[in-house]
Amino acid sequence: MAKGGEVKLIGGWPSPFVMRPRIALNLKGLEYEFLEEKFGAKSELLLRSNPVHKKIPVLLHADRPVCESLVIVQYIDEAWPSSGPSILPSDPYDRATARFWAAYIDEKWFPSMSGIARAQGEEAKKAAIDLVVEGLSLLEDAFGKISKGKPFFGGDTIGFLDIALGCFLGWVRVTERTQGLKLLDQAKVPGLAKWAERFCADSAVKGVMPETEKLAEFAKLIMAKFGAPPPQ
Amino acid sequence: MAEEVKLFKTWSSPFPLRVAWALQLKGIQYESVLEDLSNKSNLLLQYNPVYKKVPVLLHNGRPISESLIILEYVDETWKQYSLLPRDPYARAMARFWAKFGDDKVLPSIYAAFKSEGKEQEAALAEASEHLQKLEEELKGKKFFGGDNIGYLDIALGWLANLGVFEEVSSLRVLDVERFPLLCAWLKEFSDAPVIKDCWPPRDMLIAKFIARHQARHAKSSST
Repeated sequence: MAKGGEVKLIGGWPSPFVMRPRIALNLKGLEYEFLEEKFGAKSELLLRSNPVHKKIPVLLHADRPVCESLVIVQYIDEAWPSSGPSILPSDPYDRATARFWAAYIDEKWFPSMSGIARAQGEEAKKAAIDLVVEGLSLLEDAFGKISKGKPFFGGDTIGFLDIALGCFLGWVRVTERTQGLKLLDQAKVPGLAKWAERFCADSAVKGVMPETEKLAEFAKLIMAKFGAPPPQ
Repeated sequence: MAEEVKLFKTWSSPFPLRVAWALQLKGIQYESVLEDLSNKSNLLLQYNPVYKKVPVLLHNGRPISESLIILEYVDETWKQYSLLPRDPYARAMARFWAKFGDDKVLPSIYAAFKSEGKEQEAALAEASEHLQKLEEELKGKKFFGGDNIGYLDIALGWLANLGVFEEVSSLRVLDVERFPLLCAWLKEFSDAPVIKDCWPPRDMLIAKFIARHQARHAKSSST
């Protein structure tokens, strides 16, 4: 049992946002009970624990709920400071930088990814793809500056920004496959391309990153059922 | 060692105001750099190339952007007068509600003031729902931060502008019958000397919003 009380996580296997606290808990070596939500139906526990947004993930620590994936990751880092590596950098400027790019990923880059599947027609699709590629180029640049030659944004080990971006890699691969694209192109974003492989191979990530095949099947199901990509 | 602290802001935007409040509460000396968003300075574009927005805090030559992120940076860099609580759970709650303020409350209130008719009714209903949640958060507290102004008070401080919007548009969003705690908080917050000190002149704000309100209505009536 984790120090300070039982840890539970309400979530779903396909959600990149749910993956974030799972990776954080793994990095900290913390045991937790994974309460899997059925897609399309929200449990009583979820509605009770996150009445404001009614969304996953929700962390329950000694029955107290924490919501919003990046808020949860920071909570995990601060509630168990002596377990495992620090998830956020120690220097305030580096922390601000990590938070800045995590917010950019959530507010700009990931929404642009969903834009690809939603785009109607050749021109709109090309514009949507260009937007994602532009964002990746910014992130490639950021990776170079932040990692300073180390394997991850967080340095030697996975950190906050690795988690914030890496959780989307499954969906990036699904998009590449369904759209016939290469987004993590070795030629265009060599740093990120190699980082992605290291991230997915990491022991804290391997068990919780869904297989591309399984995700692609899930995406097909959603498109068939709702005629739209999965909600954020 | 002399520290260089510069805040890129506009005279009216509430987001740089958050940073000004934080710096004032901590007693940090800083220089204000006033931007004209219709004619952005090269420095601003250099320091915030991704969003090209204010606020930007420049500390010893290094820029930080995004107001809530700047708040945490300020709190972590200058330890006097803590803005965020110590307890990890309380910190998580403060961050959650600040995000709720920016992601849900602000857009719904903005939509309410911008729209008309049925659209406005819907926006108002949504805004009221969100405000009700904030009202509940204030139970038993003088400020969101407890006895003193903290991170969440600063993050929600833009609500103090509502009086101006309400005056210009004759829309009532924060009525004291439904939101007694929020109204009381607003008064306590706005009256605090540090907050009042940085607040843009009310008459200028009113003039600005009247102009914007009229421009919007002129547009819709000419279509």
